[in-house]
Amino acid sequence: MSLNRSLYHSQAKKNRLGSQYSLRKIASATIGAVACAFSLTAVNAQEPIRLGFMDPLSGTFASVGTSGLNVLEFAADYFYNSKGGILGGRMIEIVPLDNKQSPTETQLQFRRAVSEELRIIFQGNSSAVANTLNQTIAKHNRRNAGQEVLQINYAAVDPILTNEECSFWHFRFDAHAIMKLDVLTDFMAMNDELSSVYIIGQDYSFGQVVADNTIRLLGEKRPDIKIVGNEFHPIGQVKDFTPYVTKIASSGADAVVTGNFGADMVSLARSIIDSGLDVPIYTFYAAYDGITATLGADGKDRIRLIHTDRANPLASDERREFYRAFKAKHPDSDITQSRLANALMMVVQAMEQAQSTDPYDIAVQLEDMRFTSIAGDELWMRGEDHQLFQPLYISKQTDEGIEFDADNSGFGLFTEYEVGTEETITDHSCRMRRPRR
Amino acid sequence: MAEVFVFATLNGLVTGLLLFMLASGLTLIFSMMGVLNFAHASFYMLGAYFAYTLSTYIGFWGGLLIAPLIVGCIGAAIERYGLRRVHQSGHVAELVFTFGLAFLIEEAVQFFWGRDTKNYQSPELFDFALFSLFGQEFSAYRGFMIAIACLIFAGLYFILTRSRVGIIIQASISHPQTVANLGHNVPLIFMCVFGVGTALAGVAGVIAGPVLTTFPGMATVLGSIVFVVVVIGGLGSLPGALIASLLVGLLQSYAIAADVGMPELLNLFGVSFDSSHPLDDLWTLNLPQIAPVLPYLLLVLVLIFKPTGLMGNREQ
Repeated sequence: MSLNRSLYHSQAKKNRLGSQYSLRKIASATIGAVACAFSLTAVNAQEPIRLGFMDPLSGTFASVGTSGLNVLEFAADYFYNSKGGILGGRMIEIVPLDNKQSPTETQLQFRRAVSEELRIIFQGNSSAVANTLNQTIAKHNRRNAGQEVLQINYAAVDPILTNEECSFWHFRFDAHAIMKLDVLTDFMAMNDELSSVYIIGQDYSFGQVVADNTIRLLGEKRPDIKIVGNEFHPIGQVKDFTPYVTKIASSGADAVVTGNFGADMVSLARSIIDSGLDVPIYTFYAAYDGITATLGADGKDRIRLIHTDRANPLASDERREFYRAFKAKHPDSDITQSRLANALMMVVQAMEQAQSTDPYDIAVQLEDMRFTSIAGDELWMRGEDHQLFQPLYISKQTDEGIEFDADNSGFGLFTEYEVGTEETITDHSCRMRRPRR
Repeated sequence: MAEVFVFATLNGLVTGLLLFMLASGLTLIFSMMGVLNFAHASFYMLGAYFAYTLSTYIGFWGGLLIAPLIVGCIGAAIERYGLRRVHQSGHVAELVFTFGLAFLIEEAVQFFWGRDTKNYQSPELFDFALFSLFGQEFSAYRGFMIAIACLIFAGLYFILTRSRVGIIIQASISHPQTVANLGHNVPLIFMCVFGVGTALAGVAGVIAGPVLTTFPGMATVLGSIVFVVVVIGGLGSLPGALIASLLVGLLQSYAIAADVGMPELLNLFGVSFDSSHPLDDLWTLNLPQIAPVLPYLLLVLVLIFKPTGLMGNREQ
């Protein structure tokens, strides 16, 4: 595991050095293939297609970013590079850009991406960062016609990105928070024994969206359920969640809803379990990256997730093969976000259809694209707001019926509720400004 | 309300004593060398990671014994071969050295252990509730944390004030030349103190790892607050560090538990604002939301009104 990590690391470092020297030279060097060394003079067609991956690769939330990078790099190799590349033999190269999940660092990394001529940026973690990137890209694209950059958002779920703040240059491949909460609250409303809910979340845009909409949706669906707490804590700053759990316990809540991720998610769940509080925890991100292993048997039947990828039993043999191949290469890692593979495959299909790697051409092709994922899910990218619609699933942590576990812990996610693509379609308030060409 | 108060006190006590384990080492090192060790929380993280790895082979207790020793040895080696050389260039160089060290250790931890949260569990021996109050459990492990912290305070206090070793250490702080003339190896004493200080941080890591989760960001999360504690307590003062740790721990815990804020305060004066007010965020602020910044507020206040800290006697 550490070997793989160090490999990425050295690659990232090489890239960082690269910006100071001849960009193209280093770009080909990072691929590590000798054949590419003469691409300087060779024909354009052999040049790799370089996709930026901007997420925290160091700091408190590094584990989330690194596992995403693993999946994206593997998907590019597995689906395309090992089969001769795309667009007539061009390889896909993923360039890691470490934004440390900070909006300031994101601006710096974006400058770097532009100077390295990265035109497509995959980004997912933290809606605050996604919002910054969205605005930065919109401004950049307005001022630099012909040099546009495309944002492939695979995980930031703040609804405004495909509503008030929607942009022609932004595509979201995850379901946004309100879509997910709609399904989650449906599921919670089915539980007749539920009478009071405690909401706790990180104090930033996404945490607030979760809180506001959980209250609104539960109010519509089950007015009898009482919201006994609505708490925000600073993101990535809390050492010990026990004081918060004390409040949850004394509120007499039957269930906890949280949008926490990373270390904030583990610590919160750990504290709830340690204090002997036996309530279900409804979450967005409480699996993989060490979380499942750390919670283990204590989290069984207690942790529930709303997510976009069917967990055990996996839907198709193709999906199983993909997982097995990934595990063969990364035994200590999991496919944590398979929508990264979906996003990559749809972007590649758009490139193939347009026979171009220009962001504008890709964006036009992506609009209203319908795509069947390797899991057999029907995906639809709505052209009006660039929001992808896909089936949504609710799974629980358990060790029964688990074919593919998480963190090699024997525990994994078992899907117990699903909603089809058509049923997740919601209205939007996007008034998109389209560039003229 | 009583249950919230009782548990807030207990939680504050646990957090406070954990902070003390870190602060005690930091303050000890400061009083010796006159330099703040920015990498102190990194040794805490190292303790947790070593203990995690050891616990997979020889169990939790082996980890508790050996991990702090390893961390202490690393600390001593860093003092001997790094800090001592840098010392000749003055305090600023030392400060920058430890600052860089903190980053280096964090990167090293990510390099060797990866970035995922580690599945470091408390021993099964403590998998029971120490007592149950108002339907809430207080885990035995937290009781164990309190006990260890108290033992460390008592042990350190005894050694420093009652034993011969303590006399020599205290003498080397105030009169290093005289102590050297009496035939004691002062640099060796410094190295040992640094080693013991970092080992204490290691112990804190071993104990806190299972509860506060073991991940590469754990040093950053705790790092700044430890400085707040030693500055509030008075640099170099052990009792000061204990009082400040408990103060900070309890302050945060009570603030989170208290569901009061600006709306209540404004109601008291009979003032209210509607939600469209431009300063709406300020008027709806509540205490739990600002709990994590309260220690820093306390720090500022202490520095203004008693610059030496609560128990500090060091003249600048």
